[in-house]
Order: sequence, then structure tokens, then C-alpha cells
Amino acid sequence: MSAEGLFVIGATHHRAPLEVREKLALAADAAHALRAELATIAGLHEFAVLSTCNRIEFYGVTSHPEVAHRVSAAFCARQNFNHAEFEKFRLRLHGPDAVRHLVEVAAGLDSQMIGETEIFGQVKDAYATAQSLRTTGPVLNRVFQKGFQAAKHVRATTAINEGQVSVANVAVDLALSIFGSLTSTRILLLGAGEIGEKTAKAFQSRGAASLTVASRRFERAMELATVLGASAMPFEQREARLAEFDIVVCATSAPDLVVSLASTQSAMRRRPAQPLFFIDQALPRDVDPAVTSLENVFLYNLDDLAKIAEENRSAREAELTKCRAIASEKAESLWRQVERQVAALAGHTSPGVSPTFARSPQP
Amino acid sequence: MFAGLDDRTWLWVAAGCYLAGFLLGTLSLLRGGRPSGAAMYILVAGGYALQLLGLGLRGKAVGGCPLGNQFEVFQFVAWSAITLYLVIGVTFRNSLLGYFTSCLATALTVLSLSLPSWDAATRSHIFGGNPWIELHAALAVFSYGVFGLLALTSFMYLARNRSLKSKELSGWVSFLPSIFDLDQIGVRLLGSGVTILAISLLVGANYWFRDTASANSIKILITVAVWVAYAVALGLRLAGRLITRRFAWTGIALFAAALLSLEAVDSSRHPATKPTATAVKP
Repeated sequence: MSAEGLFVIGATHHRAPLEVREKLALAADAAHALRAELATIAGLHEFAVLSTCNRIEFYGVTSHPEVAHRVSAAFCARQNFNHAEFEKFRLRLHGPDAVRHLVEVAAGLDSQMIGETEIFGQVKDAYATAQSLRTTGPVLNRVFQKGFQAAKHVRATTAINEGQVSVANVAVDLALSIFGSLTSTRILLLGAGEIGEKTAKAFQSRGAASLTVASRRFERAMELATVLGASAMPFEQREARLAEFDIVVCATSAPDLVVSLASTQSAMRRRPAQPLFFIDQALPRDVDPAVTSLENVFLYNLDDLAKIAEENRSAREAELTKCRAIASEKAESLWRQVERQVAALAGHTSPGVSPTFARSPQP
Repeated sequence: MFAGLDDRTWLWVAAGCYLAGFLLGTLSLLRGGRPSGAAMYILVAGGYALQLLGLGLRGKAVGGCPLGNQFEVFQFVAWSAITLYLVIGVTFRNSLLGYFTSCLATALTVLSLSLPSWDAATRSHIFGGNPWIELHAALAVFSYGVFGLLALTSFMYLARNRSLKSKELSGWVSFLPSIFDLDQIGVRLLGSGVTILAISLLVGANYWFRDTASANSIKILITVAVWVAYAVALGLRLAGRLITRRFAWTGIALFAAALLSLEAVDSSRHPATKPTATAVKP
């Protein structure tokens, strides 16, 4: 009974396809209303809700095994989702397995993009919300707090989050290998499409000094520049002003080259000691491949970036076994710390956690 | 003697610390990891303290700066390079710089300790008891340590540049600093080395003008040539004429030439005399 007293029930990207996850996604209002409803379930002593684009999970402490089922039924009812259908996709774990799952989720081992770090913040937010609503107690408090420490340990002692796995972040990492810091780098984005925008945003998020957008349609460049808080430049000036930039992100749909060897040579004569980094994400390619023969000029195209991302992804997957072994060991130890508390709840019926929840502010 | 051990024994122990740092770093890199910055720093700093003790004992015995023979000069160059690493290594948090510096220090100290002939003879009254000339010699050899570190950062630059150009980014090169940072460190080291050697030459020149027989012309010629070569390299770098890989190769080539010139400088300085009490017993 003690193992069943701590549970996690939900659905994740492993079994639930995107169209199902869309229907299961909890809006902020719905989430708060659901929490209020869960707080009234008799026998549910503690709970926390984790909702991201890839998972909806309910962690709970109960004295009755059927409570987990009632939690999922309440969720499905609120989402107008068939409960029997939900059972096909659902994840349900108890005791040490639930603890191990939490550690793996927080460490990014269970993520679609293995080793990603955003999930750690999302789990922390989920716990902080539950704590502020007072729906957690001694068991979940310990499980989450120690679970965070375990997840940090997994990440610190393995290479699970080394190397970037998205093309945009790989480009940023390469730029860091060249410039060390991006705080004084000037970025030129050629093309106003989605791919270039993503890469430009990645550079901005890492502190690039300035961003200039140039597109064959100047009004489109102006629009994107406004969205990104950047400046716009006429496309025709791209080669003449090349020397003003450190990093050039090329993502146009132009049928021919938009950066020639001659213009790059000319730019490098004006800034010989400063590296120039081209990220050519266009198909067909925007930058003349011959520029790689120039000193201090570095060119990476879409294939190069994808290859690095794939190598990093493979390296992370190779670390999974080691990470899971550490997570299991930590989870077993953590479970032993809370097992007695969970067992003590067996047969104990509480009216739920609603009295305190009702007085709590909406997050 | 200190704690019953003579200067060479302490210098051997210091060389052991540098060797341990080098082996630890090699092991980490072979396992695909980054050398531990803290462990590297502790080993190198420990070696540095022990080397300082060994050189101090030697200096006390000879009654001046221990730069009397090729063994002592090589020891001092290694010590100078480590001095700079202990400052720069913290600033740039660069564990690989520690690894390569320990590699250089191991090579210089073990080589000088392994060749008893380098320490078999020492010169009597090499500086004539003049503290200015001692300062001149110490600064000159210290600048060689700076140039040694420049050669190391140049090597790191070449490795990083090659990996970025060839798009082979995995392995130990992934732990290197950016090429921009390495280039900046290189320029600063070159500037510092040229300045220190210039001060050394000015101090030496002041003494030499008063007594032109005090220094051999070959020694003066070689030392000035080394300074001119480095000063020209600095001028060309600042003018944007000697950059990227050519700058890095120049840093390595000039240091190799400077090291080779040490023997000529040393042998042209004063006639050799019988070993003193502190010199090695063959």
C-alpha cells in the first residue's frame, strides 16, 4: 500500500501524439479551476500539477489507490476528453517509480529534446505554484526539493546537457567559440523568414550587441526589425557594409549567391584582425563557399549545423544510461526517506486540501 | 639546504608537481573531459612554491639571482611562465592554459635537471655584485617566460582555428577559449614581453656604456636581435599586417629561436669556472 500512496498520473509526448496533447493542454484559468476541484477530493492529501507542451502530470499523495483514477477523471471531465480514451495514453507510476520519474523529468532525461534545461524551470514553477496554494505537504515538499537536488546532480556529473541540439543554438555556440562573448558582436540578418528570425533571436538572447535586418523586400525587413527591436538596412547595401558586422546570418530564398568572395575579401581588408562568421541557412546557399579560403573567415552552412546538432544529440543519448542509473539511485534513496510518511497515511481519510486552497490567491 | 634537502632536490619535487599536472590533464583529455581547473591550479601553484624554494636556496648559496648557468636560466624561464599563468589562468579561467603551461614547465625543468653538464659549472662573480645587472638579467629571463606563454597561446590559437575551419569541433579543442580571446591574450603577452625585455636592455645598456668590456658583443647582438624580432612582430600585429595564423606561427618560431639563442648567450657571457659547492655532483 505504501508505494501506491505516492503517485504520478498523466500523459506525455512518449505515448500521446501532438493532436491529443493539444486537447489535454491546460489553460491558466482551467488549471486553477482544476486545482480547486482536486483539492476537494477526499483522500488526496497533497498534489502538484505539471503542465507543459509535452506533458500533463499530476503528482499526488493519497491513502486510497482509487484517488489517482479520480484525479484523471476530474481532469478529463474539465477538458471534455473521453476518460477511456485517456487511459490509452496515460502514464501511471507509484512509489519509487514516481520519484524516479520526477527526477528524470526535472533533469531533462524524459524530454523530447534530451537534456534540455527549460523543463527544470517548469517543474520548479509547478512546485512553487502548488506550494503557494498549499496543496503540497511533508511528502511532496521533500520529494520535489530533494528531486531538484538529484536532477542538478545528474546534470552536473554527466554530459547530458553538453553541446547544443538545435540548429540556432549550435550557431550561437560556434559564434562563442570564435568571439568568446557576444556582447560586442554586431549581427546582420539577411532574409526575413522564420529560420533566420529564430537564429537572430537566439543571438539576441545571448546578448548580441546589435542586430540589423536586410531583406529583398525592405518593408518586410522593417517589420521584422520592429518585432526584434533591431534596425533595418536596404538589401542592396549588404556587400558594401559587410565589414561593419561580425556575424552574418544568411537565410534568404534568393536563387543566387547574395554574398560573393570579392565582397568578403574587400570587407576583410578593412577588418583583417577581426573574425567574420557566416551562418548560411539558405537553400540554395547564399554565401560563396570560396570565402572559407580567407583568413579569419568562418562559414557554416545548414548541413554543417545539422551535423553538429545531430552529433550532440547522439552524445546526449549515449549519456542516458549513466544518467538513469544515477536518477534511480537517488530516487531509491529519496523514496526510503518518505516511505514511512506515505505508509502512515494508509487508511487515513482526509477531506482533501480545500480549506487552505480556497483562501489562496490565484497564481 | 632546507629541511635536509638541497636546492636540486626541491627543484626535482617541483618538476614532479608540474609533471603530475601535465599527466592529470592528459588523462582527463584522453577520457574526453576537461582538465580540472582547480586541481591543475593547485598542482602548478604547489610546483611554483617548491621551485621558488629551490631557486631561493640556490640564490642564497651563490649570493645573487640564480642565473649563472644554462640550468638556472631554464629553471627561471619555467618559473616566469608559471608566474604569469598563475595570474592569467585565474583571469581567463582557462584550465587548458594550465595544462599547456605545466607541459612547458615540465619540459624545461626536467630537461635542465636531467643534463648535469648544464649545472656542472657556474660563473664566479657573474654580475660583479651589481644589483642593476642582476635586475637586467632577471628581467631578460622573465621576458623569455612571457614569450614562452605566448608560444603556448599561439599553439592553442592554431589548434582552435584549425578545428573551426575544418569543422571538427569535438575532443580537447572544444575546451579551448575562443580564437578572439586567444588572439587578445597573445597580443597582450607580446606587448608585455617586449616591454619587459626593453626595460632589461635599457638597464643593461646603462651599465654597459660605463664599462664596454663587461659584456660580450655576441651576447648583446643576440639579445638585441631577439628584442627587435619581437618588437617588429608587435608593430606588425598592431598595424594589422601580421595577424591570425601568421601571428601565431611567429610567436612559436620566435620562442624556439629565443630558446636556442640562450646557449650562445650563456656561453659568450663569461669563461666557465669550477663548480661551486651548490652545483650538482656529477
